[in-house]
Amino acid sequence: MSGDHTHQHGPTGQHGHGHLVSFDPTESEPDHHAAPPAQGRALRIGIGGPVGSGKTALVAALARSLGERVRLAVVTNDIYTTEDADFLRRNAVLPPERVEAVQTGCCPHTAIRDDITANLDAIDTLEERFASRDGQGLELVLVESGGDNLTAVFSRGLVDAQIFVVDVAGGDKVPRKGGPGVTTADLLVINKTDLAPLVGADMDVMTGDARRIRGELPVITQSLVEDPSAGEVGAWVLDRLATRVAA
Amino acid sequence: MPGLASLVLADARFPGGGHVHSGGLEEAVSRGLVSSVDSLEGFLLGRLRTAGLVAAAFAAASVPVSAHCPSSGTSHSRPPLTCDDADVTRSRFAELDAELEARTPSAAQREASRAQGRGTLRAVRAAWPSPVLDDLVAVHPRPHHPLLVGAVCGVAGEPPGEAARCVAYLAVSGPASAAVRLLGLDPFAVNAVLVRLGPALESVVAEAVSAAGAPSSDLPAPGAPVLDLMAQAHVDQHRGRLRLFAS
Repeated sequence: MSGDHTHQHGPTGQHGHGHLVSFDPTESEPDHHAAPPAQGRALRIGIGGPVGSGKTALVAALARSLGERVRLAVVTNDIYTTEDADFLRRNAVLPPERVEAVQTGCCPHTAIRDDITANLDAIDTLEERFASRDGQGLELVLVESGGDNLTAVFSRGLVDAQIFVVDVAGGDKVPRKGGPGVTTADLLVINKTDLAPLVGADMDVMTGDARRIRGELPVITQSLVEDPSAGEVGAWVLDRLATRVAA
Repeated sequence: MPGLASLVLADARFPGGGHVHSGGLEEAVSRGLVSSVDSLEGFLLGRLRTAGLVAAAFAAASVPVSAHCPSSGTSHSRPPLTCDDADVTRSRFAELDAELEARTPSAAQREASRAQGRGTLRAVRAAWPSPVLDDLVAVHPRPHHPLLVGAVCGVAGEPPGEAARCVAYLAVSGPASAAVRLLGLDPFAVNAVLVRLGPALESVVAEAVSAAGAPSSDLPAPGAPVLDLMAQAHVDQHRGRLRLFAS
C-alpha cells in the first residue's frame, strides 16, 4: 500500500467511505453514512420516545407550524386504536386524509424496527393518495411511534432520520440511562421543561448527561407551553429537508 | 438449502407484517369466546380446518405455477427458455386469485390476506428475485398471501406440501402468538397447544396437497361463518375503538 494512504481499502480493493471500521462497543460516533437516496419520495422522520413524553403534542405542533409551508402527512402507531390519529384530526391540525393510523399487534417497537411492513404500507398509501391527487406528492412524512421504552429505535429501512422525545417529568436520570433512542437518535428532544421546578428535575443534569452520551449529536430542550410552535425542532426538520433537496 | 423458503416464511420474525394480524383472535377475545388455553385450542383447531385448509390448498396449488421459473438469485431479468410462459403463468394465478376470493366471503379477511401478501412481497422480492413475482403482481398488486407463499416455494424448488404446511401453520401460529400478547397466557402452554395440533395439521396438509392437482374450481371450500362474521365485526364495530391488531 502506498504511503500516502491513510485509510484502508475494502476486501475488493475499492475505496470505502473513508473511515476505519470500529468494533469498539463503547464508541458512540454519529452515523457518518449518508441518508438513503431520495428517489423522489418524501423525507421520512421518525418520532419516538417513552409513553407520555409528548410525541403526539410535538407532531401536532410541527403540523401546525410547518403545515402551510411543507406538504406533509403523519403516520401514527398508537398501541391503542387510532387515538393519536383522532387527536390530530379532531384538533384540525391536519385534515383526515393526511393522517394514517397503523395497528401494531401489541408491539410498537416491532412495528418500527423488526417488521416495518405496516408502517411502509401506510406511507405508501399516503404517497399514492397525494401523488394521484395533485401530482406534486408529499415532501415530508412524520412517523410517530407508539409510546415505548428507551430501547426502541426506528429502522433505517423505515425513516431517514429520527427524533427521540423524553420529558422532564419522566425523571432527570433518563438521559443518563442511555439506550439506543437517547444515544443514537439524530435529534434528542427534552420536553416539558416548564415542569422542571415542579418535579424537582435538574435541567443541567439532563442536558449535561445527554450531551456527554451523545457527543456531537444535537439536543433540544423545549416547552410546548412556552413555545406551542416547537420552533427549534421545526427549524431542525426544515434544515433536514433543505439538506436533502440540495443533496 | 432445501426447505429454507418455507422455514423462513413461517418464522415469526419474518418481516412480512404478520405480527399485526390475529386471525380473528382479538375479536374472539373481546367477545369472551377465548379466555384460556383450552378455549384457544378449540379456536385454533376450527381455524386450522377451515381458513387453514383453504390457505394450504391454494398455497399448494400455486407451487407448480412458479416451479418452472427458479429464482435467479441476483437478477430480476427473465432468463431465456426456462421461464418464458408469462401469459400462462398469469392466467393461472388470475384463476387462483378469483377462486380464493370466492372462498373468502368476509371482505375484512380478503383485505387481511392481501395486506399480508403485500407485506410478504416486499421481503420476498429482496430474498428470492424472480419474474414469477412480477406475473403474480400483474394479476393483482396486492397478491393473496397463500398464492405468494406458494409462488415463493415454487421458485425455491420446494414441493407443494411444504408451502401447504407453511401457511397452515401460520393460520394457527399467528393467533396463538396474539393470544399470548392479549391474554397473557402461559407461552409454554400455548406452544404445547400448537404442537398438539400436529396430527390435525398433517391431515390438513395431506388434504391440501391431494386437492391441489384438481382444477382450481374444485379446491376445498370449507366455510367458517363465525370467523367470517367476527372478522367483519372487528373492522366494522371496532373502527376507532380499542383495537390492537389489523385483523
